[in-house]
Amino acid sequence: MARKIMDSALLVHRLHFAFTVTFHYLFPQLTMGLAPLIVVLKTLALRHNNPRYDEAARFWAKIFGINFVLGVVTGIPMEFQFGTNWSHFSRYAGGVIGQTLAMEGVFSFFLESAFLGLFLYGAKRLSPRAHWWSAVAVCAGAWLSGFFIVATDAWMQHPVGYAPSPGGGLQLASFWELMLNPWAWWQYAHTMSGAVVTGAFVMVSTGAFYLLWGKWTEHAKLFVKIGVIAGVIASVVQLFPTGDGQGRMIALHQPVTLAAMEALFTGQPGAPLVILGQPNVEEKKIDNPLVVPEMLSFLTYKRWHAHIDGLDAFPKDQWPDNIPLLYYSYHIMVGLGTIFIAEMLVACLLLWNGSLYRARWMLWILMLSLPFPYIANTAGWMTAELGRQPWLVYGLMRTADGYSKLVSAANGWFTLLGFFGIYTLLGILFLFMLRRTIEQGPEGEVSHPPLTAGGN
Amino acid sequence: MGTIWFCIVAVMLAAYVVMDGFDLGAGIIYLVVAKTSADRQRIHKAIGPVWDGNEVWLLAAGGTLYFAFPQLYASGFSGFYLPLMIVLWLLMLRAIGLEFRHHIENPVWQGFLDVVFSVSSMLLAIFFGAALGNVIRGVPLNQDGYFFLALWTNFKVSALPGVLDWYTIMAGVVALVTLTVHGALYIAIKTEEELSLRARAVAVVLWPLQFFLTCSSLAATYFIRPQLMNNYENHPIGLLVPLLVFASLGVMIWASPKGKEKLAFVASGTYITAMLVGAVFALYPVVLPSSGDPANSLTIANSLAGEHGLRVGLVWWSLGMVLAVGYFVFLYRMFRGKVRLEEPGY
Ligand code: HDD
Ligand code: HEM
Ligand code: HEM
Repeated sequence: MARKIMDSALLVHRLHFAFTVTFHYLFPQLTMGLAPLIVVLKTLALRHNNPRYDEAARFWAKIFGINFVLGVVTGIPMEFQFGTNWSHFSRYAGGVIGQTLAMEGVFSFFLESAFLGLFLYGAKRLSPRAHWWSAVAVCAGAWLSGFFIVATDAWMQHPVGYAPSPGGGLQLASFWELMLNPWAWWQYAHTMSGAVVTGAFVMVSTGAFYLLWGKWTEHAKLFVKIGVIAGVIASVVQLFPTGDGQGRMIALHQPVTLAAMEALFTGQPGAPLVILGQPNVEEKKIDNPLVVPEMLSFLTYKRWHAHIDGLDAFPKDQWPDNIPLLYYSYHIMVGLGTIFIAEMLVACLLLWNGSLYRARWMLWILMLSLPFPYIANTAGWMTAELGRQPWLVYGLMRTADGYSKLVSAANGWFTLLGFFGIYTLLGILFLFMLRRTIEQGPEGEVSHPPLTAGGN
Repeated sequence: MGTIWFCIVAVMLAAYVVMDGFDLGAGIIYLVVAKTSADRQRIHKAIGPVWDGNEVWLLAAGGTLYFAFPQLYASGFSGFYLPLMIVLWLLMLRAIGLEFRHHIENPVWQGFLDVVFSVSSMLLAIFFGAALGNVIRGVPLNQDGYFFLALWTNFKVSALPGVLDWYTIMAGVVALVTLTVHGALYIAIKTEEELSLRARAVAVVLWPLQFFLTCSSLAATYFIRPQLMNNYENHPIGLLVPLLVFASLGVMIWASPKGKEKLAFVASGTYITAMLVGAVFALYPVVLPSSGDPANSLTIANSLAGEHGLRVGLVWWSLGMVLAVGYFVFLYRMFRGKVRLEEPGY
């Protein structure tokens, strides 16, 4: 049995994609989240004649730059894998999602990469205003790229605007339907605001670290302040309206996914919301449940007694194939989201009455929160992708039909192991650079190439 | 419509090779011409602001290929599974070698990253050449339009070839030499004094080799695939392309020793473009030839996406390209001139 599973090419290709995309998404979320915050810093620098803002912007640009490199190098494999590992899917759906993927390359990557070159290397060649514009362009590029890729994913979740093509695949029938897919817009809003949560937490956490360390305290206060304000807004937006909106999309278009996310095995009016508990798929029940009665019905349909379909309402071959993992991912995301709101509200209150920079206990909490937005974002994507199963394109193509049939499991393992190796190395290097940049502080100029003898 | 998109993809790929080609080439000569740490920094400054933008041409070309010819993307990418994964790893290592050098001050690690950067640039050039060689030679497509190539079988050009055989290895070497010269000319333009002279010397020394390889690769191509001459016989105007190849080689040998690097660089770009156009012209309307039954070949007609999508694409593609070209003109203008170390980065 075990042997059979390990031999399965389907499994390898799924792991291959899941591993590489999960690793990739660790970087763009900070890119997309930090970019607008850097624009804020640059705007402050333009408005006020205080070098601190420019130093702060330069410091975050350095971190942005390191992070961006990782995002780029891990992003390229993603685009390739549609062809290498999911060729049957690409042949089937390429006529539609080729649109969004090509637009991402043509519109956002050029914008982002060209202006990042200007932003990072052009400070002395550009006027302050032009330099500000280059920061805005980088931000716009990152956000556009987020849109196109999310629109691609959203189409797989909720396909629209397509028609069968003579060759047996799909072709585009309506460009605007594809672009205006309601699923895409909810998902985009939620994902972007999730990225801002990450950006804000990283900024706050760095500021808190400096304050606790007693170094660069003026910069640190700025980081904490901007981060807390952005963080509180983004955390709330994460729950409402965007998380709520996503939930309604699912209830409408993927009811079986909703039942599996909540591990609601039997449908009922006034369905409860499970806060804690382990879904027991064999016996179709929740072990050790802690529930809020009728809450799920209310959250979904805004009526306490609304009927919600359970998994029993759907044939088993429509159920997502890993219900426990789906359930945990979803609950981890929502749980962390709730904690973020509480944490940021408290920090905001302390900021408002002026005691945050001295409240060491809160600074410790803020500093140690750094990994959690990453976990929440990853868990969110796992929810979306596991919830889509067993479909690759919802209702149209099954995951089992989409992978590259001629690429054997052995070759898949070979390259998956290769990616494990390289990504481990990348991860270590990244953390090392990050630590070094943070410890050099926002005034550290050392990283400029020192002029050695024989220069010129 | 198919022909338009065929040309668009070809143009984007050529843009990629010409633009990323010079920073790959700069990587290849890096260890040879940059003797001091200051020299190395100069090369970094010469390509630092632009290499990522150049690499985006690969992604945009790939995305456009996916968009216009999904069937070709699906078969080609899954069939060349192993070499593509290796290319991905090399691209990653190269980016690390290039970008992280100035975040690490220790000379031991800098030396290590320098080697990583240079060797991966070299291998990438070889792999890209071999990729083109594979497309010209053909692959064992089955009736469904799929194939899977081993990295190598017996190094012979047969009906069941590997990714590497004598022909594709030769193509790889052609690409290596071509991009080395291309990168050397770029560095000669962007730097001064000894570094510039050393880079120029590389281009001059390699010229005879480049000439010899061009001739022998054209002969070898005729030898393994005589049918590639058909388009040239039917449309003799196409013969202007090989003419252009040799004309630009001529300009290069005339211009580089005189120190007219800019002219030589343009000629080198023209040479690369003409070589690619020559191959594409010969293949048309096939996009991926079958090494076995010719009926299995992928052509424009049987791998094209749907009409509506392509039509819409023409609109946004044109818009996007105007913008992209605009950014690039702006970017290169901002960083024009020789690199100087006194100007710090951001
Ligand atoms: C900081 C990150 C973060 C936080 C705190 C939350 N989310 Fe989230 N969520 C994401 C980050 C995220 C994400 C990574 O952005 C996802 C993955 C795919 C997507 O569209 O967005 C996502 C998906 C996602 C989905 C769609 C799953 C699917 O498509 O199957 C729903 C219903 C929610 N979220 C709901 C919520 C609710 C009610 C939250 C309450 C606080 C919440 N999220 C917090
Ligand atoms: C928006 C762009 C994305 C697209 C187009 C996309 C597409 C895909 C595809 C094609 C697969 C493989 C088929 C399958 O198993 O269903 C997959 C699986 C997966 N993806 Fe995504 N994905 C995207 C974003 C993400 C992100 C950002 C993450 C994580 C952080 C993620 C996590 C996963 C996981 C965990 C799987 C494995 C699910 C499974 O095999 O059961 N995805 N996705
Ligand atoms: C299957 C899914 C994905 C594919 C095919 C993909 C593809 C890519 C590629 C090729 C790059 C490099 C671009 C460059 O050279 O500038 C990249 C970077 C990037 N990706 Fe992804 N990506 C995927 C998932 C995601 C997701 C889910 C998001 C966000 C919602 C995202 C956002 C970005 C951003 C903002 C960048 C810019 C570089 C960076 O942020 O570090 N990507 N991606």
